[in-house]
Amino acid sequence: MSILKEFVLNGEDNFMIHINSISFSYPSSGKKKNNKIFNYLSFNIRKGEFVSILGRSACGKTTLANILAGYIQPQTGSVMINDMVINKPGRNRILVNQEYDLFDWMTVKENIGIVEKNPKIINKSLSLVNLNRYANVYPSTLSGGLKKKLSLARTLAANPDFIILDEPFSSLDSVTKQELQAELDKLFTVTKKTTLLVTHDIDEAIRLSDRIIVLKGNPVKIQCEIPINWSHPRKINQNNNREFLKIRNTILDNY
Amino acid sequence: MKRVILRNFFKITCLLGVYQLIYFLLPVKNFLPSIVELGRSAIDNFSNSIIYSHILSSLQRVLIGFSLAAIAGIVIGIAIGYSAKLRWLKSYIEILRPIPPIAWIPMAILVFGLGDTASYFIVFMGAFFPIFSSTYFGVLSLPRIYKNVAMSFELSRLIYIEKIIFAYSLPYIFSGLKIGIGMAWMAVIAAELISTNRGLGYYIQINRLLLRTDNVLIGMMLIGIVGYLLNKLIEYFERICIKWRR
Repeated sequence: MSILKEFVLNGEDNFMIHINSISFSYPSSGKKKNNKIFNYLSFNIRKGEFVSILGRSACGKTTLANILAGYIQPQTGSVMINDMVINKPGRNRILVNQEYDLFDWMTVKENIGIVEKNPKIINKSLSLVNLNRYANVYPSTLSGGLKKKLSLARTLAANPDFIILDEPFSSLDSVTKQELQAELDKLFTVTKKTTLLVTHDIDEAIRLSDRIIVLKGNPVKIQCEIPINWSHPRKINQNNNREFLKIRNTILDNY
Repeated sequence: MKRVILRNFFKITCLLGVYQLIYFLLPVKNFLPSIVELGRSAIDNFSNSIIYSHILSSLQRVLIGFSLAAIAGIVIGIAIGYSAKLRWLKSYIEILRPIPPIAWIPMAILVFGLGDTASYFIVFMGAFFPIFSSTYFGVLSLPRIYKNVAMSFELSRLIYIEKIIFAYSLPYIFSGLKIGIGMAWMAVIAAELISTNRGLGYYIQINRLLLRTDNVLIGMMLIGIVGYLLNKLIEYFERICIKWRR
């Protein structure tokens, strides 16, 4: 066991997150008996890597994000971050939700202040996403894009080892989405946080990720893994980039 | 401002007009005063300090009973809403809830005797249940996602209760307080009709026995006006506390 542990820690891949043979089923409801989402699913994520989990709607991506965040427990296997088994939510990995998760009754600054008391860190987090001038307003007055930026700023203020993004931009229009994707890319370049993006947007996954894992089937399994070796921050004209189109076609063949 | 004054003047004129219409059309002249008699009686009452002491006595009972009910309703509502282990207590509260405050008067007099303590108790019983229920449902309606966020960021239990649960439930709590203050005011009048020798309820009761219907009507109007002002006071605090909803 110790030899195996040493191999995992010192191996050439330097994996930080291990998802080991996890299975998960929802309780059967009505006529639907087989609600198995995952069956012994395994994959790893390197430190500082940006990985995207790509799959069709309702394939179990959000369930996977919730398992990684510690909100729900897998029925078999385990999730390990920095060699520690995850069995409850914790500050070392933060999930940025698809849903609206800001505290409406707190100002922008207070929303960050509740997770981090240090004013320097609060201001730095606001600066990272260019939200300084909105510090004293309530989230309800912000646009959808700014709200997502605030969620990101709050997450960065907590300084987690691992960030999980569950379709963070799915509710935004395409222009705002592209702007935020570019900002996220810059943030990733600056912070080098290990990140997992859960999405059904193929272009978004290609634009941001170092590696894409495509999930498919019922129960889902890894259909293919595609490494993307472009440096961050990225300036990609997706419509004229042949490699971009080639990756997109590969994904579409396996989607 | 001018428009508001005009609108309020119109409302009061309409009200007095309806009263005068009833006075002329229905056979009530033997026991109801005319508008002029009512006005004269109002001037007599308000130039005398007795009516103010009755108002202050009622207000004091309401403020003490209501404050105790607000503290108990909010604390117990949050505790039972937050902790599944305490939820069994709710069935006891649900059994007591349908009992109207007035039904507690005999028990209150037996236990606390005639006087202020019995009135505080009646006011408490009137205001507690709406405040408790609103707070409890406010806590229960907290979206799951906020709990997940709090767990992820490892917020302490105290901060979670104060900054998330309590703050989120504030609009619900204020709804309960507004219903509660109305109930408290109604309860105090009921209690004073029976168990005290001061207050607006007592004032109405004693004037009824003296067949002074003009004073009974003045007392009733004062109950309405003070109740309205108390509700406005709660709304004022609501605006101060819930800035983010504006």
